[in-house]
Amino acid sequence: MLKIIRNILIKQKHHQHSIRCYAANTIKSQYNVESPNYKKNYEHMSNLVKTLQDRTKSILQGGGVNAVKKHTSKGKLLVRDRINLLLDKNSAFLELSPFAGFEMYGDDVINAGGIVTGIGKVYGIDCMIVANDATVKGGTYYPVTVKKHLRAQEIAQENRLPCIYLVDSGGANLPNQAEVFPDKNHFGRIFYNQANMSSQSIAQVAVVLGSCTAGGAYVPAMADESIIVKQQGTIFLAGPPLVKAATGEQVTAEELGGADLHCSTSGVTDHYAINDEHGIFLARQVIKNLNKQPVQFESHFEPPKYDPEELYGIIDSDIRKPYDIREVIARVFDGSEFDEFKKKYGETLVCGFASLYGKTVGVIGNNGVLFSESALKGCHFVQLCTQRNIPLIFLQNITGFMVGRQAEAGGIAKNGAKLVTAVACASVPKITLLIGASYGAGNYGMCGRAYSPRFLYMWPNAKIAVMGGPQAAGVLSQVAMASRRQQWAQDKIDEFEKPIIDQFEYESSPYYSSARLWDDGIIDPKDTRRVLGLSLAATLNSNEVPTKFGIFRM
Amino acid sequence: MVLWKVARLYKTFGCSITVPHRFSSTKRRIDKLLIANRGEIACRVIRTARRLGVKTVSVYSSADKNAMHVQMADEAFLIGPPSSQESYLRADKILDVVKKSQCQAVHPGYGFLSENAEFADQCREQGIIFVGPPASAIRDMGIKSTSKKIMKEANVPIIEGYHGDDQSNETLKREAARIGYPIMIKAVRGGGGKGMRIAQSESDFMEALESARSEAQKSFGDSVVLLERFIGEPRHVEVQVFADSYGDAVHLFERDCSVQRRHQKIIEEAPAPGLSAELRSELGAAAVRAAKAVGYVGAGTVEFILDRHSHSFHFMEMNTRLQVEHPVTEMITGTDLVEWQIKIASGERLPLTQSDIRLNGHAFESRIYAEDPAGGFLPGAGPLKHLTTPQVSDDVRVETGVRQGDEVSVHYDPMIAKLVVWGKDRDEALMKMKSNLVHYNIAGLETNVNFLISLCKHKEFAAGNVHTNFIRDYHDSLFPQEKIDDEQKIQAAVALSLLESEAGDIGESNSPFVLESNFRVNHFHQRTVKLFFKDKEFNAMLKMLGRNKYSVSLDDGETWHSVEGEIGTGGSLKCSINGFVTNAKLYHDGKTLALFNDDGKLEFKLPQTKFSTDDGDSVLGFGNVALAPMPGILDKILVKIGDSVKKGEPVAVLIAMKMEFIVRAHKDLKVSDILHKVGDNVQKDTVLVQFETTE
Repeated sequence: MLKIIRNILIKQKHHQHSIRCYAANTIKSQYNVESPNYKKNYEHMSNLVKTLQDRTKSILQGGGVNAVKKHTSKGKLLVRDRINLLLDKNSAFLELSPFAGFEMYGDDVINAGGIVTGIGKVYGIDCMIVANDATVKGGTYYPVTVKKHLRAQEIAQENRLPCIYLVDSGGANLPNQAEVFPDKNHFGRIFYNQANMSSQSIAQVAVVLGSCTAGGAYVPAMADESIIVKQQGTIFLAGPPLVKAATGEQVTAEELGGADLHCSTSGVTDHYAINDEHGIFLARQVIKNLNKQPVQFESHFEPPKYDPEELYGIIDSDIRKPYDIREVIARVFDGSEFDEFKKKYGETLVCGFASLYGKTVGVIGNNGVLFSESALKGCHFVQLCTQRNIPLIFLQNITGFMVGRQAEAGGIAKNGAKLVTAVACASVPKITLLIGASYGAGNYGMCGRAYSPRFLYMWPNAKIAVMGGPQAAGVLSQVAMASRRQQWAQDKIDEFEKPIIDQFEYESSPYYSSARLWDDGIIDPKDTRRVLGLSLAATLNSNEVPTKFGIFRM
Repeated sequence: MVLWKVARLYKTFGCSITVPHRFSSTKRRIDKLLIANRGEIACRVIRTARRLGVKTVSVYSSADKNAMHVQMADEAFLIGPPSSQESYLRADKILDVVKKSQCQAVHPGYGFLSENAEFADQCREQGIIFVGPPASAIRDMGIKSTSKKIMKEANVPIIEGYHGDDQSNETLKREAARIGYPIMIKAVRGGGGKGMRIAQSESDFMEALESARSEAQKSFGDSVVLLERFIGEPRHVEVQVFADSYGDAVHLFERDCSVQRRHQKIIEEAPAPGLSAELRSELGAAAVRAAKAVGYVGAGTVEFILDRHSHSFHFMEMNTRLQVEHPVTEMITGTDLVEWQIKIASGERLPLTQSDIRLNGHAFESRIYAEDPAGGFLPGAGPLKHLTTPQVSDDVRVETGVRQGDEVSVHYDPMIAKLVVWGKDRDEALMKMKSNLVHYNIAGLETNVNFLISLCKHKEFAAGNVHTNFIRDYHDSLFPQEKIDDEQKIQAAVALSLLESEAGDIGESNSPFVLESNFRVNHFHQRTVKLFFKDKEFNAMLKMLGRNKYSVSLDDGETWHSVEGEIGTGGSLKCSINGFVTNAKLYHDGKTLALFNDDGKLEFKLPQTKFSTDDGDSVLGFGNVALAPMPGILDKILVKIGDSVKKGEPVAVLIAMKMEFIVRAHKDLKVSDILHKVGDNVQKDTVLVQFETTE
């Protein structure tokens, strides 16, 4: 509590100071940081963030103490240490979907889905890193591992990020082979992506730091350049047991597919490393020689005038209670400055221009349900941004489009469709952040996962579902009573609805979403500016593609 | 480099000299001077010569071609390879250069040819002015027995002794009584303290004599002894003298050079502490007598051994050159002794009379050496990768002949610089020495700066209780167990992290990936920094809380310190550890990290990667054979059966596609067979040489 009060005092000072340098377009926060509601909200969000941090901490443990010990005793580095070594010393690392596989496989704890993916700088170049964690089930590919690997490749391809694969995996997880091997977006897609990215001049670099068996052997084989660590890395289509079974030949793993063989005889790998550090050093050298220039950023911009941590107190602990989205915008974008578009029209959708680390972005945020006017305004604004090649940032807190006779008669369906068309076709970088509710068609209009935003994140308080639990339960109980031609007493209705509400509650949690890669990660609200900025920086590596819209129903 | 204003010191004398100090020669015979030396003394001479309007010529060895003394001089001539035997000691080459460059005079500096009577003779014969005493004086003072004889005749006290052949007990006892107790009995063939005894009084003389004799007999097979007056805790006090060619001589007071290591001076001061005015003038007078006795001309130093307790003094030797430590004398007398040397060599009279020479204040000189004090002061050499000096002023002189990036060569004396300070009194001067040593920052090689700081801080040194055994006697307190505290460990770890982040790999960038340095999603990036201090490893865990903000643990995460760090201009570290702000200067070169603070330098070694670009190079092949890397003709075989080859050594040469390929050994091996002969056409992967199995 003392900490909160201290924070408040600091903030007040901060506010007073900043009043003097307000630009005309600076958002003036209306928030009273001393109100009881603020404090209640602050405490609520602090708890959510604490849970987020605690759960992250446990995910960082990888496969647990014994597996870690076994791994390091071979002289191998842990997956995150490898990544830290690979990155420039001053680089941030935008890790993606650390909650992949979270509570998905019963007793099998597949921390981070057994694979760490993310973006960071190597020799100044933004790179996608895809690194197996061999301490988690030997680095084998569970269905979620495949999904996460493919998602990382998708991000790399869309944003033209060189890929570095740190391979240390036993290949497909055999008990789950049916969910891993055959389908379009299964294991084979990894190599399809490698081939296609390479064809688009997106560098593919593999470092073999451990096993790389069967299909996995194609990761280094399909890479533009590959590195292997002696006595640790092995590459073969079939391991010694399978070879013996098939041909009777007895051979050690090192003889069959070790570094000496592949660097001097087979030519499967290009660079010979004596240990993990050396392998990673060589990977850095490969990136250094890509002859690629880093994206340039302006040197002058201001941080927001308000402390981002104040978001804790502003976001209501009750997801149904509205608050002004501009309070969020003021705590994310440069100088808290916001040039709003059509401010007095379709007020439930807030649109305008801001900048993030000096780069202009179009911001679309919700201030209530979407009406026809809001949808039309949003459609207009998306067109402005695509015309000018301005990336779009969606701040999603939406319970849906307006329902009811009047709305339907006003053409809410066709006006909503215009917004959905505009968002779907816009080829500028789109980044979506779920800051509250994400229900129904609102999710579509606000660039949900299906609309291929380059990145999508959730705050720990956000909810995602086709509709709210109570609404769904209400619909189902109405239907049930109608089909039985009954009218239940309230306690009977409650009894019927409770499991439905519970199920919705469970399935709309950000952890449920993140575990299944419906998003790219759950983030601490106070890190919003950083995460959006890093994501935006990654998108700027891609080339401009002109947008062509579909038919707007008039 | 040195801003040294003699004028200021003159001013402090008030009425004695009121006009600005100017060169006003009536007998100007030298307008071009060759300096037959290198390093700081050459630079020192050039500066004064330039001020006097005298042109300067340097000579240099090939090791010194970029040296400061070469760049400072008006002209410079290469005289030979690095070895001083073939360069700076080659009188013939130097005299050639004197003629070629049309110099009228040679300044020999100190060391090298400065006390070479033959060289002085050659100069005279060839009509070149030797800036130094006549050859006869050099010769006389160079022979111990001759110099003692001359001094005794001139009534200068010498160390009494008996070196006679008569070894009878009676004679020895009688001679001992004549010389006086305490007395030292020393085996003539002795050494290392063996066969040496001290008799405090007549009563223990016989016992000591027998003991010395029997030990000498056992150790050297000879029991002949000599007797000498014993001075228990001697001080080395020397008097600066100057004489002109008109028979006048003056002294410029004394210097104390007692504190020595390996019989070499390390810190000098003027005047000598704790001397009465009478003793001072006695010493001065004796020194002037000594100079006159040998017909001295120019700068010289008369060295005395002074009994620390009785203050009796005895002549030791006379140095017939300008000494390394002459600046302390200049500082307390407001003179420029090089200027005096040049004037006197030009035939002028002494610039001042004895009564005009006043002693003002106190001065210290520290000699900064490339050496390892903890390792027995063994001299070192190497590049001066990082070198910053204290701010020079009227009271602070830095005499040096090297700059950052220069090399301390194995061929010459490893002295890097002399730091000279002046204060109103000894305490003030010592305080200035301490505070300026702290700003003498050198990295890349081991130096004695930390030791000098420790010496200046020593209680007994501060009290002026100096003697020649000072370093031996106070060894333990002068070499405190070198330890570092937690604060310094944190400083080092944070400095390294900051330096690495600053450097980055692409320099400046405003990308969020760089601005949000070390950001991690929902956790803090944590790294362990491994450092070595005095071969002892320690780890610091760094949690990156934000730009320049850390949480640091030295005990594997048990306790955490809140740290904020910042690299300022000029590579200084400002570090706040749990709210306490410290400052240190930094040096970092990938292998070492040095922090410079009030205790001097703390040098940390950084762990090195276990690979280099050569390692693991499979081109070298593997197994116990050397293979042909491609089809071609065997051009040369460089080994024989039975040869041992080192890793990377060439074993054969192959010609293919008009190019030469060298086949090397991939590890240390012994050749057991050679399978092809020169001229053979070989296929790729043909075994050329077979090695013995060593494992």
